[in-house]
Amino acid sequence: MEILVILVPLALMLGLAGLFAFLWSLRSGQYDDLDGAAWRAIADDEPPQDAPAKR
Amino acid sequence: MHVTRDFSHYVRIAGEGIKHIDLAVEGVHCAGCMAKIERGLSAIPDVTLARVNLTDRRVALEWKQGTLDPISFIDRLAELGYKAYPYETESAEATEVAESRFLLRCLGVAAFATMNVMMLSIPVWSGNVSDMLPEQRDFFHWLSALIALPAAAYAGQPFFRSAWRALSAKTTNMDVPISIGVCLALGMSVVETIHHAEHAYFDAAIMLLTFLLVGRVLDQNMRRRTRAVAGNLAALKAETAAKFVGPDEISQVPVAAIHPGDIVLLRPGERCAVDGTVIEGRSEIDQSLITGETLYVTAERGTAVYAGSMNISGTLRVRVSAASEATLLAEITRLLDNALQARSRYMRLADRASRLYAPVVHATALITILGWVIAGAGWHDAVVTGVAVLIITCPCALGLAIPTVQTVASGAMFKAGVLLNSGDAIERLAEADHVIFDKTGTLTLPDLEVMNAADIPPNVFELAGRLALSSHHPVAAAVAQAAGARSPIVGAVEEAGQGVRAVVDGVEIRLGRPSFCGAEALVGGATLDPEASIVAFSKGTEKVILSVRQGLRPDAQAVIAALKARNVGIEILSGDREPAVIAAAHALGIAEWRAGVTPADKIARIEELKQRGAKVLMVGDGMNDAPSLAAAHVSMSPISAAHLSQATADLVFLGRPLAPVVAAIDSARKALHLMRQNLWLAIGYNVLAVPVAISGIVTPLIAAAAMSGSSILVMLNSLRARNASREIV
Repeated sequence: MEILVILVPLALMLGLAGLFAFLWSLRSGQYDDLDGAAWRAIADDEPPQDAPAKR
Repeated sequence: MHVTRDFSHYVRIAGEGIKHIDLAVEGVHCAGCMAKIERGLSAIPDVTLARVNLTDRRVALEWKQGTLDPISFIDRLAELGYKAYPYETESAEATEVAESRFLLRCLGVAAFATMNVMMLSIPVWSGNVSDMLPEQRDFFHWLSALIALPAAAYAGQPFFRSAWRALSAKTTNMDVPISIGVCLALGMSVVETIHHAEHAYFDAAIMLLTFLLVGRVLDQNMRRRTRAVAGNLAALKAETAAKFVGPDEISQVPVAAIHPGDIVLLRPGERCAVDGTVIEGRSEIDQSLITGETLYVTAERGTAVYAGSMNISGTLRVRVSAASEATLLAEITRLLDNALQARSRYMRLADRASRLYAPVVHATALITILGWVIAGAGWHDAVVTGVAVLIITCPCALGLAIPTVQTVASGAMFKAGVLLNSGDAIERLAEADHVIFDKTGTLTLPDLEVMNAADIPPNVFELAGRLALSSHHPVAAAVAQAAGARSPIVGAVEEAGQGVRAVVDGVEIRLGRPSFCGAEALVGGATLDPEASIVAFSKGTEKVILSVRQGLRPDAQAVIAALKARNVGIEILSGDREPAVIAAAHALGIAEWRAGVTPADKIARIEELKQRGAKVLMVGDGMNDAPSLAAAHVSMSPISAAHLSQATADLVFLGRPLAPVVAAIDSARKALHLMRQNLWLAIGYNVLAVPVAISGIVTPLIAAAAMSGSSILVMLNSLRARNASREIV
C-alpha cells in the first residue's frame, strides 16, 4: 500500500495540470469563438506570400 | 461640398504605437468568408492583426499608428462584399462576457474536483464491502475534503451569492435550497470524517455543483450570444450624421459624437439620427416610424424633426437640440419605463417551482430528524439521515430542467430566424393567446415596392429604373431597385421636388411628379390605390405611371391563417389612417382593427385585454410601438425596427417573411411543455428517492447514482426541443 504515497499525489498533480491547462486556454481566449475555431482547424494554410515562383 | 467620414470615436490604443478597432460585419457565415476577410485585410500594409470571430460576426483589427485610416478597412470589406461598421462594446455586453468567463472558470474547478474526489470515493465504496483499513478510508476522506472544500468555496460562489441576495430581499429562489444542501453536505461530511465514519458526501456535494454549473453556463451562453447579435445589429444600423465642421465642410460622424448645438445636414433619402430644429431648407419628411402615419409632413425653417424621421425631397440643415441617447421623445421614454416596470413582476417558472419546492424539502428533512429521534434513534444518526434527505432532494435535475430546454429551444429559434432578447421570453411567448400587429413595417414590408410593375413594358421600366438611379428620393430608389437598374444615365439632372430628366438618343425622358412628366391625364383617369405614391415616367410622348407603396409581407396571409388555426386572437392597432388600415385588414382577413391610434391608446387597449385575462403578444416595429411592446405580456419586432423597439422587444425576427412569428410561438409552446415535463421528471425522481433517504439506507453511492441519472434524463429530454415542427404555415 506504500505505492499510494506516489500514486495519489501523482493523480492529483495530473488533475491540477488539466485544470491549469483549462484556465490558461480560457484566459487566452480560446473559448471566445467556438464556431470559428471549428472551421479554422480544417482551413487551408495561407499560401506563402512573396515566395519566389518555383521554376 | 467636401465630405469626409470620421470614425476616430471608435479607435482605441492597443499598445505601443498600435491602434485597435472592432468591426461588426454582416454576412460572415462560413470558413470561406473568414479566410477571405482575414487575407484581404492582412494584405493591407501595416496591418498587424486581422482576426474574424465567427461566433460574434466581428473582426478585430490592429495596425501601426499614424499610417492608416479606419475608413480604408470598411472600404476594403465593402470591396470584398461585406458591409461593416465600427462596433463599440456596450457595458451590458461586457458584463455578460465577464460573467460567462467566470462561470466557465467555476465549472472547470468544479469538474476537476468532481473527477478527483470520485477517484478517491470509488475505492472507499468498494473498500467498505471488502477489506479496506479504517486508516486508509480516513486518509481518502481527508484527501477528498482537501479537494472538495476549497473547490466548493470557489465554484459555489454563483449560487451562494444569488441565494444571499434572495434571502436579504426576504424572498427565496432555487439557489437557497442548493446552497443549504451543499453547505450541510460538506459540513456533515467533515464531522463524519473526524469521527472516522464509513460515509462522507464530498462527492455528492461537488458533483451537484458541477451539474448545476453546466446548466448555468448553457443559460449564460444563450444570453451572451443574443447580446452579441443584438450589439451587431445596433452597430450595423448605427446612424451617422453629416455634421458641419466648417462653413462648407461636412464630416460623416457617428451619432455618439454629435452634441446639442451642432448643425447637421439632412439629405434626401436619409434618416434623421438626432432631434433638432430645421434652420434652413424645405422638404417633406416621413414620420411613420414615430407616429405610424404614412402621409408625408412638410418641414421648413422652424419645424422640429425627431430621430427616426426620413427626409424625402429636399436638403435640410438641422440644429441639434438633443443628441445620441437623449434623442427619444420624452413621452415615449416615460411610457416605456412604466411599462417595463410592470413587466418585471412576471415570475419565472423556475422561481415559482422553487418557491413551492424549498419549504417542502426542508420540512421533510426536519420531520425525518424528529421522526427518527421519536422512534428512538440517537441525535447523531437522526441528523445524518436528515442531511441525507437534503442531499438526495437537492434540486440538481430541477436546476437543469429549464436552462437546458431554453438553450436548445433558442438554438432552434435562431435557425428559424428568431433572436431572443430576454431569458424568460420563451415562457411568456408560450402563454400568448392574443396577437396585436402594428401595420406599417410589420404586416407590410419596410421598403417601398412598385405595385404595377407587371403592367409596364420591360424596356420602359428598365429605362425608368436607370433614370431613377440619379435621384435620392426614396420612391426613386424603390423604382431603381424594382427594375434591377445598375448603370445610371449619364447627364441626368435632378430638379428638387419635381423629378429627374435626361436625354437619351435625342429623346427627353423624365421621371417624377405626374405634372413634371405631363401625365396628369393618366392619373386622373385611373382608379388608384389611396395609399400609393404615384410617379410618372415619360419618354417623348410615351407616358406611364408607377404606383409605389409598401407591400404586405409575402406570407402575411398564410401566417394570419396559421395563427387563427392555433386559436389565437388577432387584431391590428395602427397609427396610420383608416383607409390604409382597412385595406390591410381586408386583404389579410383580420376582423378587428383600430386606426389612428396613439402610443398611449395602444397601451390602453393592451391593458383592457389584460383585464380580460388575455396574454398579449405585441408585434411592432416603430418607435411609437416601443411603449406598447414593453406593456404587452411578450413582444416581437422585425429586424428592420427602430432601435428603441428592438431593444424593448423580447424577440426579434429576421428577413422578409412573417413566418418566424408562428415558428417562434410553436417552438415556445413546445419548449414550455418540455420544461414542465422536466420539472415533473425531477419531482418524480424525488418522490422515489425521498422514502429511501428517510429510511436511512442511502449511501453516498446511491446519492451519486441517483443524482447523475436524473440529470442525464432531464438533459436528454431537453434535446427533444430541437426538432420543433418544420411545418410552419
